[in-house]
Amino acid sequence: MIKSLAYSITFHSIMILLTVLSLPFMLREPIELPPIVSVELIQISDKTNIPYAPKARKIIKENKKKEEERVVSEQAPPAAKAKEKPDRIPLPNEKKEEKKIVKKKQNPEEIKPEIRQSSEFEKKEIIDTNQIAALIDKAKEVEAVQEKESNKITQSSKKNSFATGLTLSEEDALRAQIFGCWSVPLGLPYDQNLLVRIKLQLKKDGTIMKSEILDHERMNRPGQKFYKVLAESALRAVRLCQPLKVPPTGYDKWKDLQLNFNPTEMLKG
Amino acid sequence: MKKILYIFIINTLLSVKSYALIEIDITRGNLDPLPIAVSPLHVDIKSEEFENIKVRELGNKISQIIENNFKNTGLFNPLKKEAFVQKPDIAHLKPRFEDWRLIKAQALVTGKILVKNEKLKVEFRLWDLTAAQEMTALAFTTTPSNWRRVAHIISDKIYERLTGENGYFDTRIIYVAESGPKNQRVKKLAIMDQDGSNTKYLTLGNELVLTPRFNPTNQMVTYMSYFRNMPRVYLLDIETGTQEVVGNFPGMTFAPRFSPDGKKIIMSFAKEGNSDIYTMDLESRIVERITEHSSIDTSPSFSPDGKFIAFNSDRSGLQQIYVMRSDGTNVKRITFGKGIYGTPVWSPRGDLIAFTKMHKGRFFIGVMRTDGTGERLLTENYYQEAPSWSPNGRVLVFYRETKAGTKGEGFSAKLWSIDITGYNERRLSTKTDASDPSWSSLLSK
Repeated sequence: MIKSLAYSITFHSIMILLTVLSLPFMLREPIELPPIVSVELIQISDKTNIPYAPKARKIIKENKKKEEERVVSEQAPPAAKAKEKPDRIPLPNEKKEEKKIVKKKQNPEEIKPEIRQSSEFEKKEIIDTNQIAALIDKAKEVEAVQEKESNKITQSSKKNSFATGLTLSEEDALRAQIFGCWSVPLGLPYDQNLLVRIKLQLKKDGTIMKSEILDHERMNRPGQKFYKVLAESALRAVRLCQPLKVPPTGYDKWKDLQLNFNPTEMLKG
Repeated sequence: MKKILYIFIINTLLSVKSYALIEIDITRGNLDPLPIAVSPLHVDIKSEEFENIKVRELGNKISQIIENNFKNTGLFNPLKKEAFVQKPDIAHLKPRFEDWRLIKAQALVTGKILVKNEKLKVEFRLWDLTAAQEMTALAFTTTPSNWRRVAHIISDKIYERLTGENGYFDTRIIYVAESGPKNQRVKKLAIMDQDGSNTKYLTLGNELVLTPRFNPTNQMVTYMSYFRNMPRVYLLDIETGTQEVVGNFPGMTFAPRFSPDGKKIIMSFAKEGNSDIYTMDLESRIVERITEHSSIDTSPSFSPDGKFIAFNSDRSGLQQIYVMRSDGTNVKRITFGKGIYGTPVWSPRGDLIAFTKMHKGRFFIGVMRTDGTGERLLTENYYQEAPSWSPNGRVLVFYRETKAGTKGEGFSAKLWSIDITGYNERRLSTKTDASDPSWSSLLSK
């Protein structure tokens, strides 16, 4: 009886311990400073959020000394949140297309920006400094509301930086690198819903161990010539880019990576 | 029991650190043309000489035509041959991908030629260098004198494989060749390959010829000519050279064009002083009136499905573009911009209409969607008009005239082409001045 009770207690305590350890917000990892910003990164920056990244970095350093909670309340003014909304709601004539694209993505949270945002603010206390940097960037980005293209990108980067461990600048470095390698096949029609998702398994040095097109059976279907061309160009881009500019640490976070290639914006020109 | 426990604990510990999959959206890339290496085709040593064709040089010549075609698209960047490390004979069998990657090529074309028993056999392979694999391989057999067309067909196949679109290299352009002083122009019907070679004149130049247009389904051409000052519509079979008069039409007749099935022609002519749109069945020669309006309706063009017609009309005051059903009902104005719009031409892909626009004394060639939205002006100049689509709906050819002095000096008319993205404007080389181009469909389907 006592023996089994002892078992029970040890197991339960192990389970509790494991749960506590595995909850993401309990993991207080050392703050990873963003890697050195590459040249491509700066080129792209006009349209994304990079101009503010240095500031963000400065603030991260300051924040090390300060208490996290206070910084959050300072740096994420509610005004920014209010302003954010209009650019998340697509214009009526663009609505159709955006919906289509969203459908295909695997992250449903993109569809309900408001819900996700409120939860961000509830989590204030547990937000780490990288996320604060992201918030600051986000607030600044509001100014670029009109540019739809860049909006889309920043939206997804926000999504990612909260969902995972890659910081904005890490992600932007990676994205900028792939932008440079990808020769978009310009002959593709702009009015077809073309989205190629590639799943990568990476080695620690950023070279590719395995690459897989997620809907690859579509490639060989008749009438999907354009999809095939796009998928091949995406694969070429990824291979050309090797080794990918991945952060020096946190291999576990990025060893599996999914890239969504969507040329619609470019083809509409 | 304990062992199982340990395994259980270790397993749970290992699986603790799991992260959500990182997703990154790539919405932009570079617009640089794709670097492609076209290796000279290897000429088999068993090849025999054939008439006056220098078989030894054929491999080089074919690869040059392919290169030239690619360069003209603006989508590819053929790399310089001096940089090639591998010889054609070995490259054709098994390219060393690292060597080709070294010169920054992403695709490679290799091939082999054999001329034997008065037959030319051409094989080619397209390699994806980053993936290190073959993308496509084909072989053609034909008479050796057809080598130029083989080069174009190979270009088409590669273009199709790399862009997902049909090519447009194995095509021809018919145009009006002009010569002589401006007030006494001699106008002859001429035809050339899409790359400007093989020019042939189809008429002698005694009579004025105007607006040649290709049948979208075969190699027939319709054009207008003045016979004793009466406009006549002709049909010309380019393969056989036979010519026939479709009909004499009264007064001003304009711009006959084929229907997409090639069985009818559509045009405008003036009856009782009023210009309207008519179709004529080529078999039965029955003329059918499509529009009946007191305004001037001209320049009709069918949609590729044959269900709609785009045309010009001044019924709202200024000349604008209208779209109606092919029976003449449901007429809708689609252009509302400033200036005068003319010469609507429906893209073979069906998604766009090309047009000429005049505004403040300047001429523009542009495209818009078929409902009139998304107008994009591609090029502006002193005088230019008559856009004609490449068979894949990707490139427009048109003609441009320069301003002449008081005595007609400095005047020239040349053919130009432009991509529908507005990039890659280039002049087509013609032997004489040229106007009114019309692009054929693919010769080989």
